[in-house]
Amino acid sequence: MNAPATELQPRWYRPRMPLFWWVGRRSYRIFVLRELSSVFIAWSVVFLLLLIRAIGQGGSEYRRFLDRSGEPWVLALNALTLAFVLFHTLTWFNLAPHAMVVRLHGKRVPRTWIAGAHYAGWALITALVAWLVLA
Amino acid sequence: MTTKRRVEPLLWLLFTSGGLAAAMLIPVLLLLFGLVFPAGWAGAPTEAHLLAVARHPLTRIVLLVVCVLAFFHWAHRFRYTLYDGLQLKHLSKLIIVICYGGALVGSALAGYVLLAVL
Repeated sequence: MNAPATELQPRWYRPRMPLFWWVGRRSYRIFVLRELSSVFIAWSVVFLLLLIRAIGQGGSEYRRFLDRSGEPWVLALNALTLAFVLFHTLTWFNLAPHAMVVRLHGKRVPRTWIAGAHYAGWALITALVAWLVLA
Repeated sequence: MTTKRRVEPLLWLLFTSGGLAAAMLIPVLLLLFGLVFPAGWAGAPTEAHLLAVARHPLTRIVLLVVCVLAFFHWAHRFRYTLYDGLQLKHLSKLIIVICYGGALVGSALAGYVLLAVL
């Protein structure tokens, strides 16, 4: 790709983009924020694994984990994380109908149905998890 | 090029299934364990109750699948965030190693925590 330029192999034309090309326009900023949500997804999983490890190690570790999670900076980080995760969920469900073409009896299932099915599944799973944890 | 073509659809599949799994399950878990219980808005469940729920084979499997898929979701999306957002396409090989390697390490740790520690 980066072969030196010769007469027969001219230099590639690659215009340099400014590093913050996405700052200037709202839709670009939203695109980059949506891409960044993956970092917060990864942090959520790490946080949940730390919780599960604490549960597995016994009562005192679990209480220590709860205490640490209550520190202001951890709470703030997790509040920010939740905002990004919800952003991920909403954009994911709203994009799903555009990515999925479902046909029933030869007719395309309307987009609102596909998005609706995702939201219904989300509500069901959320209720089930909350019931399992709180019951 | 051919291996890339064979692997890329699999990575894409992991990315989308991870995105769906994360979208469905992480909000409620993070809301409860990251905010509601630590902030004291509701009493945290006892350790015995959580152990009983978490040690159920079905819970373990679901959690493991969600963790692994979510890590690969991160890897794939973050790879392109670095490519496009920070214009690092020329470091492609290094980024691929860091992202998918990180997902592999994360998956192994998830397996260890869910199958050995818990």
